[in-house]
Amino acid sequence: MAKLPIDIPAIVDQFGPSLHRVPPGGWNQTGQDEKLVKTHCCFCGQQCGIQLRVRENRVVGFEPWEDFPFNKGKLCPKGVKRYMQDEHPDRLKTPLQRVEGKGYEPISWDAALDRVASEIKRIQQAYGKDAFGILTGASLTNEKAYLMGKFARVAVQTANLDYNGRLCMVSAGAASKKVFGIDRSANPWSDIPKAKAILVAGANVGECAPITTDYLWQARDNGAKLIVMDPRMTPIARNADLFIPVRSGGDIGVFHGMMRIMIQQGWIDRDYIEKYTAGFDEYARVVDRYTPEYAAKIAGVPADLIVKAAEIWGPAPTSFLLHARGIEHHSKGVENCIAAIQLVLATGRLGREGCGYAMITGQGNGQGAREQGQKCDQLPGNRDISNPEHRKYIAGVWGVPEESIPGKGLSAVPLLEAINDGKIKGLLLICFNPTVSLPDANFVRKALEKLEFFVNIDFFLSETGRYADIVLPGSLMEEDEGTTTNVEGRVIHHRKAVSPPVDAREDWKIICDIASRLENADKFRYSSPHDIFEELRVASKGGISDYYGMTWEKIDAENGVFWPCPELGHPGTPRLYEDKKFNHPDGKAHFHPVDWRPSAEMPDEEYPIILTTGRVVSHFLSGTQTRRIGALLDQYSQPLCEMHPKLAEKLGIAEGDFVKVESRRGHVVVRAQIVKTIRPDTVFVPYHWPLDRSANNMTIRAIDPISNIPEYKICAVRVMKTDTPTDRISQLGMEAGGVR
Amino acid sequence: MSELAFFIDYSRCIGCQACVQACAECDTHRGVSMIHLETIQRSESVQTAPQVCMHCEDPICARVCPADAIKKTPDGVVQSSLKPRCIGCSNCVVACPFGVPKYSAEIDQMMKCDMCYDRSSVGKKPMCATVCPSGALTYTTMEDIQRTRRGIPINSWKFGGEEVRTKVYVMVPKAVERVDVDLVQITATPSALPEDPYDVALMLEGM
Repeated sequence: MAKLPIDIPAIVDQFGPSLHRVPPGGWNQTGQDEKLVKTHCCFCGQQCGIQLRVRENRVVGFEPWEDFPFNKGKLCPKGVKRYMQDEHPDRLKTPLQRVEGKGYEPISWDAALDRVASEIKRIQQAYGKDAFGILTGASLTNEKAYLMGKFARVAVQTANLDYNGRLCMVSAGAASKKVFGIDRSANPWSDIPKAKAILVAGANVGECAPITTDYLWQARDNGAKLIVMDPRMTPIARNADLFIPVRSGGDIGVFHGMMRIMIQQGWIDRDYIEKYTAGFDEYARVVDRYTPEYAAKIAGVPADLIVKAAEIWGPAPTSFLLHARGIEHHSKGVENCIAAIQLVLATGRLGREGCGYAMITGQGNGQGAREQGQKCDQLPGNRDISNPEHRKYIAGVWGVPEESIPGKGLSAVPLLEAINDGKIKGLLLICFNPTVSLPDANFVRKALEKLEFFVNIDFFLSETGRYADIVLPGSLMEEDEGTTTNVEGRVIHHRKAVSPPVDAREDWKIICDIASRLENADKFRYSSPHDIFEELRVASKGGISDYYGMTWEKIDAENGVFWPCPELGHPGTPRLYEDKKFNHPDGKAHFHPVDWRPSAEMPDEEYPIILTTGRVVSHFLSGTQTRRIGALLDQYSQPLCEMHPKLAEKLGIAEGDFVKVESRRGHVVVRAQIVKTIRPDTVFVPYHWPLDRSANNMTIRAIDPISNIPEYKICAVRVMKTDTPTDRISQLGMEAGGVR
Repeated sequence: MSELAFFIDYSRCIGCQACVQACAECDTHRGVSMIHLETIQRSESVQTAPQVCMHCEDPICARVCPADAIKKTPDGVVQSSLKPRCIGCSNCVVACPFGVPKYSAEIDQMMKCDMCYDRSSVGKKPMCATVCPSGALTYTTMEDIQRTRRGIPINSWKFGGEEVRTKVYVMVPKAVERVDVDLVQITATPSALPEDPYDVALMLEGM
């Protein structure tokens, strides 16, 4: 069915989002904590160490964990308040089934699991194996990510498995693979303060990776020059040595403009290029067209800013590049990242102390969850599902015939399109809220309604879960155990603090319970996540992301282990490329002659303004968790449309006015926030909210041809003043998509 | 090792409010934050500034308290008002040059930041300075701050004619000796700054 069984206000009334403000037992409860559990924040890819305070199987607060080396006790407001999702009144505690006109009614686990298994079988018998799709998430632990990949290929036997890291890290990963052959940040964060020039491209570090801020400021206090590229003056841009307010999608103008100057000035390492790289000449020929004037035109900034950037970056003795979604969320995201990291490669400032680059992973397990084989084209160990050798090895680990492993399936956006086209009839969704997080949200909602069967595993009923026929109550990070891999490539241990409440279950148990009703049930008899990790180690052995030499004990003892770690005695690899050997057959790093091209939808007369989307510091991704925490919602309650006073004046809009932001695909009505800190040709709306407040109503369903990442960072809109909304959705709480 | 001290570096602040949120998690006043974050002027800039109690050497809040309800510990930490003494007159709220004390009508008492005395008196860091992800709030030794930061720590202020020395230090550019608040700007601010340094439209001029 996959249609809303009752109207949205009625669903919100029962399942939220509602705001949780007080810890279990109240603010003033006295008594002793029973346990202080050293674990990690459930939110972003920084994966900060944190200690959870536990009493009577309830998380009642937190205590900083100052001995964990990455964040040394530091936390952002999300980390401080994360414990408020425990004991939340919206928490799903029993399996539910959709009942038309009534909503969702509790059913037993056996009935729910039997229904899921029988629907998978029915759909696959009627329409073929690949007619059942699976969408997963990058906030799953390594163990769960591995399990989802195996579950899809061995139990369900569908090719159509993908994950929401598709919306996050795939451009960065593909670019690093093309240039260096490895998809991982090249350095540990401890290299950042040792660099004398730092380039932050498209990363709102202060809001989206707050802990990294201290690393940047340490570098500055050590004498580094900081360059920040962003269409908005973000908190770190305010105090940068050079802020380049680049037009969204114009980044290659800055990168190639810098490189042309660096070549002319001799600020590249010819010896390094000669010995350790290939393809430089062809790249240099493209770059040569990027005169300061041409580069400035592409970038949408004065040429002298690009010259200054080259003058800082070019001759620096040490340097560090950080890039994130600002350059990656484009239909040319891979090319943007390639152009950025070639600024690193051409200087040879890589693989040594204070020299290198990193991509800032966004999601909790943004790094690890993209290595364990839950991508549509991938097998564990970051192996290629189309490579016969790779297939053979994994088939051996799984104990299945190689030919039974499906081939490459559809990535997230095409998978939704296949649902809309009627090619995929059933869907299992875990750790993903696509009606908020995928582009062109009106399309996503319409597509979901075409499913014959939809099962969602989650701990809250997300805006997408509302469409489900069966909802299975899963687990929070602190209710299970496992590992994640942080932004540096450091594998860390999430410890279990409490058990899932009432009738909720650990996610891995739910998957194994479904698998026990499908093909190859005997391949899913794990007794713990540790069992899964032991199999994952073997499955990753010999792959790029090799975890074979890691054990949970070693991870605990050493505050994390960096991959590759191929043997038990191996210390792990915090810094890549120290030996100047790259993971291509010729052992060299490869330059690519990427060139600028326009974004899928450029502003025109009808839709003359650029919309760019992103995050705010107090919310995480689709907001399923953070919109339920009172203190975080209070900090930023509803999406605002940031615009420059020059644009506001032209449009007759004043601070706080309601505005309609409209693209060819949809619109939102939100309040205007008028600030001088944004380009006058651009507006910004954060995307954490659902329904009529979802920035993704406007974004375009254009994807990068290589990475398949959606183009969240630029589409064309028009903006106009409008009346105060009075419809029923607008009257909901702001956490649910209402507006005030 | 020398004594631990509290340092504020406004240039590092990213406005994330981790300090404010964490303050409300302190056991002695759970659910209520004793500190706040100033958003200077969002329309003009993203500049923000965390405000903890500065713990004046001669606290003005205590001097103006008619009930003698505000006490300083021997180690220089100015405490919240004593419940049996506080008459809720809000003299302290008005008098504090930093805008720190807050009158809580619910309990008819002034409460303020006490540098997490329950934590700092037993060798732990205050909650805000532990979690602050940017290092804008730091609790460390004078040697450490001088070794790791470009600016210098000062604790001398002048509000009009009133000179104040505080236990809490602020980081300022070298050559600044005292923060003169009646001048609005720190005296050593380079005059070379453009008129509106944070207007992105001005940066794009000349295109």
